[in-house]
Amino acid sequence: MMRMQRTSTTAAMALLILLTVIATACGGKKPPVARPAPPPPASGSSATATRPPAPPEPVAEPVIVPPEPVREDRIASSSLDDLNRNSPLKPAFFEYDSSDLSAEAQRVLTENAVVLKQYPSWTVTIEGHCDERGTAEYNLALGERRAVAARTYLVSLGISADRLRTVSYGKEFPFDPGHDESAYTKNRRAHFVITAK
Amino acid sequence: MKRIFPVIAAAALLIVSARAQQPISTTQQPSEVSTTISSDQAGAAPRFAVPDFIALSKDAETVDAAQTIGRVLWDDLSFEREFNLIARDVLATIPPATSFADVPFDRYREITVDGIIIGTVQKTELGVRVEVRLFNRARQAVFAREYSGSVANKRLYAHTIADEIHQQQRALRGVARSKLTFNSDRDGERMTGTVENRGVKEIYIADYDGENQRRVTTQRSLNINSTWSPDGRSIAYTSYRRGAPTIFISNIYQGTLDEPTKGAAGQAFLPAWSPDGTRIAFTSTRDGNSEIYVANRDGSNVRRITNSAAIDSTPTWSPTGTQIAFTSDRTGTPQIYIVGADGLGLRQLTHESYADRPSWSPAPYNEVAYTARTGPGNDIKIIELATGQVRQLTFGEGTNESPSFAANGRHLAFMSTRSGKSQIFTIGRDGRDLRQITKTGNNYQPDWSR
Repeated sequence: MMRMQRTSTTAAMALLILLTVIATACGGKKPPVARPAPPPPASGSSATATRPPAPPEPVAEPVIVPPEPVREDRIASSSLDDLNRNSPLKPAFFEYDSSDLSAEAQRVLTENAVVLKQYPSWTVTIEGHCDERGTAEYNLALGERRAVAARTYLVSLGISADRLRTVSYGKEFPFDPGHDESAYTKNRRAHFVITAK
Repeated sequence: MKRIFPVIAAAALLIVSARAQQPISTTQQPSEVSTTISSDQAGAAPRFAVPDFIALSKDAETVDAAQTIGRVLWDDLSFEREFNLIARDVLATIPPATSFADVPFDRYREITVDGIIIGTVQKTELGVRVEVRLFNRARQAVFAREYSGSVANKRLYAHTIADEIHQQQRALRGVARSKLTFNSDRDGERMTGTVENRGVKEIYIADYDGENQRRVTTQRSLNINSTWSPDGRSIAYTSYRRGAPTIFISNIYQGTLDEPTKGAAGQAFLPAWSPDGTRIAFTSTRDGNSEIYVANRDGSNVRRITNSAAIDSTPTWSPTGTQIAFTSDRTGTPQIYIVGADGLGLRQLTHESYADRPSWSPAPYNEVAYTARTGPGNDIKIIELATGQVRQLTFGEGTNESPSFAANGRHLAFMSTRSGKSQIFTIGRDGRDLRQITKTGNNYQPDWSR
């Protein structure tokens, strides 16, 4: 119990710091304010609730607070549908008739692993998809092999296998209905769907 | 489905006496005389006249049934190409008979026919009574049947007559009463759930000629790979209604559903019935990658047939049930292989750049049809098992996939995009007589009933 609590506190702090860095790094709209000192070391949940009233340095406050909770809330409070519509888990793409993970696919999966570690309660379904050139029948097996390749890689990165289901859709659900290479490229993928959070 | 009972069969058959121009008949007893009609031109197909049937009752329904049965019979008989059917506009120049008693044989003789099929339709208390006779050049009825039943599916009378005439005249198993199953997105429904904006595919059935298209599944899910049980009373298919694909069996005349892969690990797809209907072969990932398995129809007694780190998929049975053809990419590209139903005796059948979806022809032909990559798209090819000789049925018009043989091996159904969308077509095993079966929505993966 104690350890878990401490871990989550540490994780929360680490997250806060990480988000701060991100917010600072990508905050194009934000005024170039000097980075404020972090709020008093959060003692658990009371941190946000008790912070607002009468801060000694009014300028500093808004800079930190608004972006972070919003970002956090979007993911934490989104419905599954909304989450999947703009998913933090990116698809891994494949070559023609292949289920080998390219360096780029491995990079994407590594990023997905970071997200999955960040949200350890999530379970996801990895869908295997194929372009339309293969046959409907064979693509069922090929799509499965793509999904399994992505799953195996994530497991090797420390994601628990029982959070990752696979399903093959063959060429049944193309993401791009076109009949050219640019469509085929988009349609050969391991696609992530968050099924529980 | 309504069943039509042949009320009178052999009893109505007239025994004809030997004719002088058939020397072989002279030594035979009358009871052994053939009732088979042949052309008087050696080697030519007999010329048949098939006018509209005679409506003995004058109500609109009976009149319509009489016309429909005659025309469907014409189409059914022309499908097998055993008879040379007199064109309908030529038939229209001959005054219609009003009963079996006033058939204008002399007029038919003017257009040199070898056989005339005359039928009558009469309204009864229960529905209709349909009588049909096939007359030879000597004006003798060499085939006579009577059927009674509902008028609702009038085409079925014609299909039944066509199959029985093919059987009696040519010892040929006609396929006029056979059916197709396929999947379609025609209803435009969307899947519900987490992943939005994906269309459903449902299982449909149709008569062999594309009539009477009906939907079988209503799950608003992805339902594919449908295939007829050998008795034509059940359809096995792959459904995603449980999330991952599993195999379902719909007993379409009872409205019941079986789930032979229920509770099994992994995904299961592409079911294939054994010829006796007691077992199904299918692809499953239950042991980690795609392998072929065989189970009893109820899912018991599962046995693994293949064992390879490659993809093994898309099984089909030989007509005797002793062998299974399937697709494997164990050499790097998908190719067709044959293995014993016991898992022994593996051999590679095709050497294409890409081959899938084997379909084993019924007897008397011994060949396997499959989809082959021929360019940007796919085409249907057939390999003769005895010689290894390959012939191509389609030639790059759109992409062509998923061949399935008719029960007599003389025709195949397949999917083609040649008309724009994905549609079901039928074609002769010689590549002739292409017919478009579906026209609504996209339609895929036909399977022809036994």
